[in-house]
Amino acid sequence: MVPVFAHDPCTRKSNRHLKMITVKELTRKYAHTTAVNQVSFSVAKGQIVGFLGPNGAGKTTTMRMLTCFLPPTSGTATVAGFDVLDQSLEVRKRIGYLPETPPIYPEMETGEYLRFVGRLKGLRGAELEKRVDYVAGRCAVGDVIKKLLGKLSKGYRQRVGLAQAIIHNPDVLILDEPTAGLDPKQINETRDLIKDLAGEHTIILSTHILPEVEQTCEQVIIINKGRVVATDSVANLQSRARNAETTMIEIAPRQGTLDAGEVQQKLERVTGIVHITVKEQRGGGSLFEAESRKGELVRGDLARAVIEAGWDLNELRPASMSLEEIFLQLTGADAAAQNGEAKGGDGSGAASAAAAPTEGEPQSVEEPHA
Amino acid sequence: MRNIWIVCRKELRSYFASPVAYLLLTMFALIFGFFFWNALGYFVVTGAEMQMSGQNFPMSINQEIIRPLLSNVSVVGLFFIPLITMRLFAEEKRTGTIELLATSPVRDIEIILGKWLAAVGLYACLLFFTAINFAFLFRFGNPDWKPLAIGYLGLLLQAGAMLALGTFISTLTRNQIIAGAATFGACLLLWVFGWTTGYDSSTWATVLSYLSIVTHFDSFGKGVMESKDAIYYLTFIFLGLFFTARSLESMRWRS
Repeated sequence: MVPVFAHDPCTRKSNRHLKMITVKELTRKYAHTTAVNQVSFSVAKGQIVGFLGPNGAGKTTTMRMLTCFLPPTSGTATVAGFDVLDQSLEVRKRIGYLPETPPIYPEMETGEYLRFVGRLKGLRGAELEKRVDYVAGRCAVGDVIKKLLGKLSKGYRQRVGLAQAIIHNPDVLILDEPTAGLDPKQINETRDLIKDLAGEHTIILSTHILPEVEQTCEQVIIINKGRVVATDSVANLQSRARNAETTMIEIAPRQGTLDAGEVQQKLERVTGIVHITVKEQRGGGSLFEAESRKGELVRGDLARAVIEAGWDLNELRPASMSLEEIFLQLTGADAAAQNGEAKGGDGSGAASAAAAPTEGEPQSVEEPHA
Repeated sequence: MRNIWIVCRKELRSYFASPVAYLLLTMFALIFGFFFWNALGYFVVTGAEMQMSGQNFPMSINQEIIRPLLSNVSVVGLFFIPLITMRLFAEEKRTGTIELLATSPVRDIEIILGKWLAAVGLYACLLFFTAINFAFLFRFGNPDWKPLAIGYLGLLLQAGAMLALGTFISTLTRNQIIAGAATFGACLLLWVFGWTTGYDSSTWATVLSYLSIVTHFDSFGKGVMESKDAIYYLTFIFLGLFFTARSLESMRWRS
């Protein structure tokens, strides 16, 4: 499935059909657990893909297999057409990897470290110096080039980690939780940097933070307990989230108390409204949920109806299903799942189609390993 | 080849960027300086006594100073080797930088050889301090340089073997202290194995003694290069590095 992207200024559409990473039924077993179980996906050239899942879902293990750090127990993975097991050195030449903790030597200076990594990746001479200067500028570590890495702040270390990952201008960048442990400002800077890099590299980044995926990635692979639960474009997930035809209204009486029954009666007369349910009754104002027919614009009419009835309209907002809810729905069979599913309607078509292979299967009974 | 040198240079740089190298060099220089002073004092006093008592046969500097000092170095080296090798892989595993090395387009064996050569390089620096002392003998005496050269070759071979063992042990843990302590234990055992033939001549004792890393240095110390000793050390080095490579490989499968 090649998703269509609405917002995608920096990548070349002509490359879309090229698969940079292909993973087929990749499995990795440890002594007592299966960390990654029959995972399959592919990533087109120039894409940013978010690898989303709770801690211990198998994100790091999958990435380690792609970077040739761990061999897969079974299944295959190819990067730029090279197999991670049989043509490991070729794959490693084409991959830049930032592990969860940046792999830095505290006793080295930034510039010296970048030079060392550059040499390891096969750069030399004038080209090496050029790349060191370039990545130092690109990742904004130029001002600490003479400082010992051990003395740098977490944010700088992370940027040095990114700089070493891109030093040899790899086709593929694999970033394991690149924003973990940073402060909000650094998180934003790192995300911007990653988005900036997307034009030149194919990027896989893992995270357990949903907004990060929303902000940075084009496509999401949701993984849980070692299995892929869904792959979809962020745009599709978002539209799925917004498609719930539900409006939340908070109404307060001008005086006295509010009769919930009266509200229901009056608002259900508004064209397009199917059903009004009382969500919460409070002294100051009560919260109602208005379910409407698909495609009907009901908010204006609802507001007018409330005002005409002589109540105060405190709040009126579309009740979108948050990505959190979608995520929980896909990854866990808990209560949150039932909340939104019925309302998804056709907007969720793509996502549920992608999730189809796992649907109906009994949830894995393995221990979730921490 | 180039990759080996890249890794080796980085390791040497790490030794000398931290106090490790300087501390080892200072300690070794002090200890060896003391040995040298002692040996020289003994030589001078004995020589004078002999002359006074009328026994006037020539005393050999090679025999009386260089040879015992070289065997001292061979034993003292055993105490320094764990300190040199303990961080090689344990530290990389602890800080996660092993992921950088293992995902770079570099073969495992190149990483291992680079690190091992750096360790041998640091040991050679220690030996350099002994050479400074010996230089005085050449200035004021007339020793034969050939046995000394062979002695140094033996020291390097012996150290190479122990460093290969230490490198292997360092891949087994992410804790430097454990790597160091285990290497230290192994070094001491391989030394004391040589004591068995002192009272026992059974097959077991002979085998144990043959395994000892220090007994194979004896002929080198005398300035004689015996092929069985050289082969012992070379085999030891090869096996040590071979097991290091296997251990790294298994780390990929297990970790």
